[in-house]
Amino acid sequence: MTDLNVTPLNALHRELGARMVPFAGYDMPVQYPMGVLKEHLHCREKAGLFDVSHMGQVILRAPGGYRAVAQAMEALVPVDLLGLGEGRQRYGVFTNEAGGILDDLMLANYGDHMFVVVNAACKSGDIAHMRAGLPGVTVEEITDRALLALQGPAAEAVLAALVPGVAAMRFMDVGVFGSDFGELRISRSGYTGEDGFEISVAEGQAEALARALLTHEEVAPVGLGARDSLRLEAGLCLYGHDIDTTTTPVEAGLGWAIQKVRRAGGARAGGFPGAARILAELAGGAPRMRVGLRPEGRAPMREGTPLLAGAEGGEALGLITSGGFGPTIGGPVAMGYVPARLAVPGTTLYGEVRARRLPVTVSALPFVPARFKR
Amino acid sequence: MKFTEEHEWLRAEGDLVVVGITEHAAEQLGDVVYVELPEVGARVAKGDEIVVIESVKAASDILAPLDGEIVEVNAALAEEPGKVNEDPMGAAWFFRMRPVDPAQMDEYLDEAAYKALVG
Repeated sequence: MTDLNVTPLNALHRELGARMVPFAGYDMPVQYPMGVLKEHLHCREKAGLFDVSHMGQVILRAPGGYRAVAQAMEALVPVDLLGLGEGRQRYGVFTNEAGGILDDLMLANYGDHMFVVVNAACKSGDIAHMRAGLPGVTVEEITDRALLALQGPAAEAVLAALVPGVAAMRFMDVGVFGSDFGELRISRSGYTGEDGFEISVAEGQAEALARALLTHEEVAPVGLGARDSLRLEAGLCLYGHDIDTTTTPVEAGLGWAIQKVRRAGGARAGGFPGAARILAELAGGAPRMRVGLRPEGRAPMREGTPLLAGAEGGEALGLITSGGFGPTIGGPVAMGYVPARLAVPGTTLYGEVRARRLPVTVSALPFVPARFKR
Repeated sequence: MKFTEEHEWLRAEGDLVVVGITEHAAEQLGDVVYVELPEVGARVAKGDEIVVIESVKAASDILAPLDGEIVEVNAALAEEPGKVNEDPMGAAWFFRMRPVDPAQMDEYLDEAAYKALVG
């Protein structure tokens, strides 16, 4: 326990009665007294407040401003960053030479610099990767700011009561806002499938901001347990589970995050690690694909569950990479990889649970429609 | 009533024994979303994994606390697994069994000893 990092909200989590667990080297709340199920539903119905301060916040600067950073960064991610407007954000992945995924991240254009948010478990590797791969760019990890996510249909009204300007933002807008809690760096995004915001705040003001948000009766604190079921229902990948160095962005169904200009025939086609494989898969298809899966009955199918073509015999076609109970769906949901020919909604496969094969149906993602404010 | 170190409770009812999980166990598991019960008539040996409970977080097993035969299961739990969180010591019993040797109950903890165990 002594080695665990704490976020600026650690004392507040404990005061709120959270059950704390080690996660990516941090002492984090997995649930509050409300419990995972109710926290999940509360977020979809009203609003949930998440501490995501364990994630890495990194500012990238270059003498040539955002444009120079974007140009350099396009060598590491297959994303159109030069075409990203000021005040806008995009989702992307760091790829490796084999076309695998080193991490997924958010990249934002703040005018004179780029701001990226990376996964907690990957942040030291990502920072080293950027320092090595971005000549002429200063890579500054921000360690004195917390990151809060406010997600759900009530998020806009709640945050706008403190920061009126956020009401005018649309999905994936970013901006810097003055507030009673100092300067806030806000994006209209999140990882729940709901409308909402991620708010970077100075560590000394983080608890006051969290308390101010929690005074609204619509807002409940939500732990990592419900964060996971929310993102699973939203069909979003969890790094280290649904995506990793052995999965390509195309297999993972993240081709949408590779804009036309970076694809074959585009003005800046390729030029990122693993481009040969990734562009070929974009053009001709990948041998396997990530799919949504709805197990029949009530038994959840967890990560690692083998997927088979028939009720008897045969070899595993692939594995479930995320799975559990979807509170909004009211039943088990999962994601996993299957051969491309079977990645067709409506296809029946079998998942092996406790030595029994139970039917699962390949399903379109997301399980719960996204409610972003576009 | 007796308690196992695996957080099951056992209540003798005539020559039968009713088995469930404790409040402490239910709280630790979190929201229960799936319960798989043994078959009525199944002959079980102490230590057999005979019930699967899945919470939002993970799957866990309930072990047969005694040698014997399952004579009744609480089928309502399959439809309403959340009862395990609402009333673990009452409505959410898992099964009734007829023990081969009722004296096997004696080795388990009494309430005071169980309370001491879970703090």
